[in-house]
Amino acid sequence: MVKTQELWDALASVMDPEVPVLSVLDLGVIRAIRHESNRIEVDISPTYTGCPAMDVISSQVREALLSFGDVNIVTVLDPPWTTDWISAEGRNKLEAYGIAPPVGRAHDKRSLWAPVPSVRCPRCKSASTKLISHFGSTACKALYQCLDCQEPFDYFKCL
Amino acid sequence: MKWDTCDPKTAYLLHLGDDALILGQRLAAWCGHGPILEQDIALTNISLDLIGLARQYYQYAALEFGPDCTEDDLAYFRESRSFMNHLLTEQPNGHWGDTLARQFYFDTFHFFQLEALSQSADERLRHIAAKALKETSYHAQFSAEWIVRLGDGTKESHDKIQASLTHLAPFALEFFVPSAVDQAAYNAGIAPDVASLQETWINKVNSIFSLATLDPFTLSFPKKGGKSGIHSEHHGYVLAEMQSLARTYPDAKW
Ligand SMILES: [Zn+2]
Repeated sequence: MVKTQELWDALASVMDPEVPVLSVLDLGVIRAIRHESNRIEVDISPTYTGCPAMDVISSQVREALLSFGDVNIVTVLDPPWTTDWISAEGRNKLEAYGIAPPVGRAHDKRSLWAPVPSVRCPRCKSASTKLISHFGSTACKALYQCLDCQEPFDYFKCL
Repeated sequence: MKWDTCDPKTAYLLHLGDDALILGQRLAAWCGHGPILEQDIALTNISLDLIGLARQYYQYAALEFGPDCTEDDLAYFRESRSFMNHLLTEQPNGHWGDTLARQFYFDTFHFFQLEALSQSADERLRHIAAKALKETSYHAQFSAEWIVRLGDGTKESHDKIQASLTHLAPFALEFFVPSAVDQAAYNAGIAPDVASLQETWINKVNSIFSLATLDPFTLSFPKKGGKSGIHSEHHGYVLAEMQSLARTYPDAKW
């Protein structure tokens, strides 16, 4: 009989294809795993509604668990995924990778025209940075520039 | 399949999906044509969010049409008359200001619409809306900032964005004229009374116009019909481009 923990452990090696330092566990998209005899059901919360990486993530999760049984992936929209679910370890990995992690908590972001957060440069750690664009290389990122080292960098924006 | 004989909820889901799909398709045409890379990426990101949202609505609506119906059937095999998107969403991209004026009007409406839908009596619709609301707040912020930048920019940018906003204003007012589908969905408790959103929308739009040194929004006779399937001449061109691949190769797989 397979233990639930073994299934969770197996997913630690499934990486986000767009941010390859983050596992699906760091990202917080795996909401629940249920299993009964050889049937496994995994609840996944999509990060962004139109995120093309979600299909890849689902098929990689299935692949990682296939040796344990039949895998059924369930997309769960409620509660909606939030950057608050990115683990502390995930945030450190993001910064080390050159992507500034989300600043603050996301629960107050459901408002129009919120002020732009102050984001720390992942390279030189300067707090003196500016927003270049709300939309970056993928749906989950915004583009910033550091005013000290001058380097542009991605910011994983609060959602 | 008969798309127009569906129940109030399914018709309403198609209306919501059609708005997201048609505007998403319009924005996708900016890919590779944005004035600078960052803005090209911004519009295509918003396009991606909208098309993802259309998929959510269509997947839900497809359940109503039987086990063989898929989201792709709803996007690619319906005719213009069964699309229920607002006329605004099908208007041409024009220049950058035209696209941003269209986007600003839509995003601001979309935000308040989703806020209301996240209280819908229908559970799945509520969950879809709550998720999309978070993404839409970024869209709305982006387009509002551009209205301010262009309005409070040079004389040329001010005059051009003013002209775009004035031209599109009657199309935006279709938001607040309930269609039969809006009304049936409202009666079923799953959708807001769209007329009640008008005042909130105008106040928000005017607060941005004031920052942007633009004229306040003025009421005019709404250009309507899109929500009932009566479209402008642009709609057929959007569908032709969007649907041609799926119709030429009906068994094509993603
Ligand atoms: Zn720096």
